[in-house]
Amino acid sequence: MTWPHSLTIGAPPVLASDTIISAHVVDYLIIALYFVFVLGIGIVARRQVSDSVDFFLSGRSLPAWVTGLAFVSANLGAVEIMGMSANGAQFGLPAVHYFWVGAIPAMLFLGVVMMPFYYGSKVRSVPEFMYRRFGTGAHLVNSLSFAVAQLLIAGVNLYLLGTIIQALLGWNLYLALVVAAVIVLSYITLGGLSAAIYNEVLQFFVIVAALLPLTLLGLHKIGGWSGLKEQIASAAASNPDGPSAAQQLSSWPGTALTGFSSDFLSVVGIVFGLGFVLSFGYWTTNFVEVQRAMATSSISAARKTPIIGAFPKMFVPFITIVPGMIAAVMVSEIARTKAGEDVTGGAGGTVDYNDALIYLMRDLLPNGLLGVAIAGLLAAFMAGMAANISAFNTVFSFDLWERYVKKDREDGYYLRIGRWATVGATVVALFTALLASGFSNIMDYLQTLFGFFNAPLFATFILGMFWKRMTPTAAWIGLIAGTLSAVLVAFLSDGTLGAISIGVLPLSGQGASFVAAGAAFVVDIVLSVIISLVTTPKPASELRGLVYSETPKEDLVDEAEKTLPWYQRTLPLAGVALVIVIVLNVAF
Amino acid sequence: MPANEVQNKQTHNAGVFDIRNIIGALLGIYGVILVLMGIFGDPETDKTGGPNANLWAGLVMLVVGIVFIAWSRLRPVKVPETTD
Repeated sequence: MTWPHSLTIGAPPVLASDTIISAHVVDYLIIALYFVFVLGIGIVARRQVSDSVDFFLSGRSLPAWVTGLAFVSANLGAVEIMGMSANGAQFGLPAVHYFWVGAIPAMLFLGVVMMPFYYGSKVRSVPEFMYRRFGTGAHLVNSLSFAVAQLLIAGVNLYLLGTIIQALLGWNLYLALVVAAVIVLSYITLGGLSAAIYNEVLQFFVIVAALLPLTLLGLHKIGGWSGLKEQIASAAASNPDGPSAAQQLSSWPGTALTGFSSDFLSVVGIVFGLGFVLSFGYWTTNFVEVQRAMATSSISAARKTPIIGAFPKMFVPFITIVPGMIAAVMVSEIARTKAGEDVTGGAGGTVDYNDALIYLMRDLLPNGLLGVAIAGLLAAFMAGMAANISAFNTVFSFDLWERYVKKDREDGYYLRIGRWATVGATVVALFTALLASGFSNIMDYLQTLFGFFNAPLFATFILGMFWKRMTPTAAWIGLIAGTLSAVLVAFLSDGTLGAISIGVLPLSGQGASFVAAGAAFVVDIVLSVIISLVTTPKPASELRGLVYSETPKEDLVDEAEKTLPWYQRTLPLAGVALVIVIVLNVAF
Repeated sequence: MPANEVQNKQTHNAGVFDIRNIIGALLGIYGVILVLMGIFGDPETDKTGGPNANLWAGLVMLVVGIVFIAWSRLRPVKVPETTD
């Protein structure tokens, strides 16, 4: 190394020897530059915020490529990057199902089918759509569960951020948590959604700049894709208890991922549980994502937001899952963990799969690129947390405070409430950060939450959008019963809720989440249909813009779109994305 | 868009605050730093397995950064005047 060790700044020498990565001056410079840009965006965006629509919906003015990238980036948080590389290290290729079976079809469905209702009805949030369609009961269930879930997930993101800063730079965990929270807080309170979205777009590029060189270097060093396959095969051969090489190198049937012993059930679990219920529930009703599309200037741009986002999203597994797989054979700590050893180190004291990326960075990247990589990780953590908090403050201000606490105040009042909600959310997230520490595989924890909150939501939305007979009573009972049935499955399964689960059902890991989500969906649909048939529906006159059969076609499409070339129109773009993702599914 | 139409609508260029310029600037600066590291720093080829990773990644980032700035120059965004 040309940089003498004495140039290392930051932590004192005693602590510095404990950090996983030794960052040098140039790395700190790169990280610092990133933060200058992040805060700069907040300050610039502030000049453009003059009313509450500006603050919460970016004045509905952003171009589709910006919101499309923000759509991806809002989900490309710490949980996604660390969780997916962990899944790659642990399970291998089957982890791609979270993208190619999970995310992409649901994102296309959102753009093609559901977005016209969200954007066309001029609601300001997804729960507000619920209010217009079904009234108070379902709206309260939706907005409260959403708000709570956002705080929890923001806390998880923040916790991860803290542990990573601690592991990488040697800072005290609590100091790291507070500093990170203050930075996110300042750019959102200053610039609102515009700042969050602009930062997400910037973060997207920094994350790619961090992960792409890492992946390419890793593949180069291990001897390309065939070298990786050989290494995984020989590692799997010497560890007969873990997933076999065949299981790790082919995405189907994914039995190691689901934990199902039958190939057929595993495929059904992935396609129906993950691909349909969990993913549709997450991508089509989650306001964190939908909010990005609502910030666009036209219904056409809103529909294209998730579809444009689908293109980069398809390739995210190559820079998250593949490095995880490389780390599992190239990094000795991760390889030994996979072989069943307890290895001291990592972000949490004992190495686990979530540490895969960090170790790979340590082993492969020279100082300089290392700084970009750390900046990329920090960017990802903040992207996730900022997205959660900016969605939370909208729902809190419009759906909870304005609707149920203080109605009909002037616009500036709700803008102030939104800013205070951001502060409150950040403080709560700080405390939930500590709550998140009990879970080893972050994806499990997140999937558990999705199963509880999102799976019944999709059932209620899709039924409500296409069946005008569905009644408000059916909506809220269906939602609550669906959520409770997911909790029940998790409670009966083996370890899904940690020590609370009693293990009556032989399900564990991701498979249990798929089943819990499936149960929520089926219970919600069945109950909603039965209850709708015996209760009174809303009059058809109130359903315009909310239900397909009651909405004139011209409300759902943008007439101006016909004049655009094909590659700027919604349906052809969605078709191209669908073809690519089918090709990817067949190829791997 | 013709110039007179722009004036009628009271707009101005987003300029340096165009998100494409911000992305371009950050990636460009990173590119310069990495290229300098690649030329003057230790390439640490024992880690990377051979390639001068800083140099190559830096060059790519520099090019991407320039492309973003060029894109925003060639197709500027018009934003409505809010000051008056």
